[in-house]
Amino acid sequence: MRKYILKRVVTALFTLLAITLILFILMQLMPGSPFNDEKLNEAQRASLYAKYGLDQPIIVQFFKYVGNMFRGDLGVSYKISKNTPITQLISTRLPISIGVGFAAVLIGALVGLLLGLLAAFKRDTVWDTLATVISVIGVSVPSYVFALALSYQFGFKLKWFPMLFSAKDILGSTVLPSISLSMFTMASIARFTRSEMIEVLGSDYMLLAESKGLSGKKLVFSHALRNALIPIITVLAPLVVDLMTGSLVVEKIFSIPGVGSLLVNAIQSNDYNVVIALSFIYSAMYIGIMLVVDIMYGIIDPRIRVAKEGD
Amino acid sequence: MSTEKKKEKILDIKNLDITFDTTAGKVHAIRGINIDLYQGETVAIVGESGSGKSVTMRAAMGILAKNATINSGEIIYRYRDNKGGIDYDPDLDEGAEWKEADILKMDKAWIRKHINGRRMAMVFQDPMTSLDPTMSIGKQIMEGMIWHYKIDKKDAWERSVKLLEEVGIEDAEKRMKQYPHQLSGGMRQRIVIAIALSCNPDLLICDEPTTALDVNIQAKILELIKKIQKERNIAVIYITHDLGVVAKVADYVNVMYAGKIVEVGNINEIFYDPRHPYTWGLLSAMPDLDTDEPRLYTIPGSPPNLLHEKEGDAFAPRNAYALEIDDKKEPPMFEITETHKAATWLLDPRAPKVEMPAELKARIDRMKKEAENNGSKL
Repeated sequence: MRKYILKRVVTALFTLLAITLILFILMQLMPGSPFNDEKLNEAQRASLYAKYGLDQPIIVQFFKYVGNMFRGDLGVSYKISKNTPITQLISTRLPISIGVGFAAVLIGALVGLLLGLLAAFKRDTVWDTLATVISVIGVSVPSYVFALALSYQFGFKLKWFPMLFSAKDILGSTVLPSISLSMFTMASIARFTRSEMIEVLGSDYMLLAESKGLSGKKLVFSHALRNALIPIITVLAPLVVDLMTGSLVVEKIFSIPGVGSLLVNAIQSNDYNVVIALSFIYSAMYIGIMLVVDIMYGIIDPRIRVAKEGD
Repeated sequence: MSTEKKKEKILDIKNLDITFDTTAGKVHAIRGINIDLYQGETVAIVGESGSGKSVTMRAAMGILAKNATINSGEIIYRYRDNKGGIDYDPDLDEGAEWKEADILKMDKAWIRKHINGRRMAMVFQDPMTSLDPTMSIGKQIMEGMIWHYKIDKKDAWERSVKLLEEVGIEDAEKRMKQYPHQLSGGMRQRIVIAIALSCNPDLLICDEPTTALDVNIQAKILELIKKIQKERNIAVIYITHDLGVVAKVADYVNVMYAGKIVEVGNINEIFYDPRHPYTWGLLSAMPDLDTDEPRLYTIPGSPPNLLHEKEGDAFAPRNAYALEIDDKKEPPMFEITETHKAATWLLDPRAPKVEMPAELKARIDRMKKEAENNGSKL
């Protein structure tokens, strides 16, 4: 197991390196530059390029950047907030984004799981239908529509939560965005949990367990849940990624000072370092989540655990 | 079988009638079944897929699917109360009073506590799917003991290891920690049997226990069940469609067709003197190496769809010997001997005399001769 994890971590590092290189090349291919200001003349522009090292060949820039990255230096912003180190720029924004995202995953996974289990256990009843309707809405309606609807109803009309982000009430401000972001995750998990659970409940080993005389509660907790949860963990990881992209728009709607809105701004103004740094962080989070999912898989599914040990 | 002791009846299924609600409509799966079973005895229920064999046994264990409705009948289970011990001890039961309970009238919690696992245990058809893939073998065996008898984990572990040895598994300590996917089909079935035995039941229901296994392992598993049955004086019900298995293990045979028992008798009566045309068909359809027939016999047609109630005998459309009355009235059980009964109008005194097919007759004679030579009961 330890060997397996080590292998995965090393692979992850190389993947991240490759992603950074591709990002570098893509940034160069993008039309325009951070110093497109009409007021600047050729000489000033050239001196700016020289100052930030942008006149050097891309491969040199890349290795310099990676070298700095290992020292925790992600470069400075060229445009949005001139000469501010990016680490400083995101240090306040990243926790907010992660907080909102984490709350969304948590709400989505838990509510989705409960909804799916309810639908499976009360199969072909009103509860099942209700859960199905909620799931269909959650999957088909984009998160920004929920964001607008929630902010109108609970922010504007009922005034339960602030409509826009307020530094005075950070917790309250993140409730609506978290919920609107969680809808898709919740709906997908609910649908998936329902079908997995129904399959598990109809399996031979559940019948055998039932024939042992175990109580319903014990059947669910010691046999059904674990078997139904394994496939659910697999779908959770890609859902987290969907959530990241969803957060770009939702952060804008609630004007949350998170990394999502920063990334949108950076792309619009060709602020190379910010785009690269944030894309890198997103990729790292994604790879990290996949790694965690794989390790969790090994913990709850003995079939995989043993196969890995044999590796 | 213990010799002098009087054998007590432990299970008595009377006139059981079950329908299932499906999206297509009501399926009348069990249409009035009577089965009884005595201590230490082996009864086989034989029939094609969908004839209602498994449903009957699930009803007896109180683990029917939710869409099942029991229209009538009783499932009387007889037991002795001080037989609460986890260890098999033949003397413990002596002199204790027999109690009875109608499983159909008991609530689920009572059945779970007193019947499931503890007095009735089940071995399923496919050992590849009947073990929980995410739970270690040891846990799955210990689970029932700890649940029913509240023993501690260490005790349960030791008992489980002993059980595994009893069902013929080597390296028992090591196997306890392993997971089902690490073991072969035959081993898994042994483990299912160990689980079934873990709470010291009086009755083992084996639902096609060897169908999913290859022939070699099949024989070993049957031997194992037989051995355990003898040692622990357990009654066994085999649900199977394989008459070869029946011949090896059963004392009594119930032949089921379309939710009804059409012929019942002891093993000699069913194999040497079958009376129902369906039993003839089943016996003729057994593979036989000594026959001159180039093709294996099959019963023509397919089992009826129980979604539609049909007048008369359900087997009539497939029956080459069907009489006119078969289409109008269901035959009652005609008694041939005290133990042998069959539901076919051919046994009515007014019916024309019909003999079993000559090919089958010849085969039965061969079987008899072979049995005499081998000195076995068949």
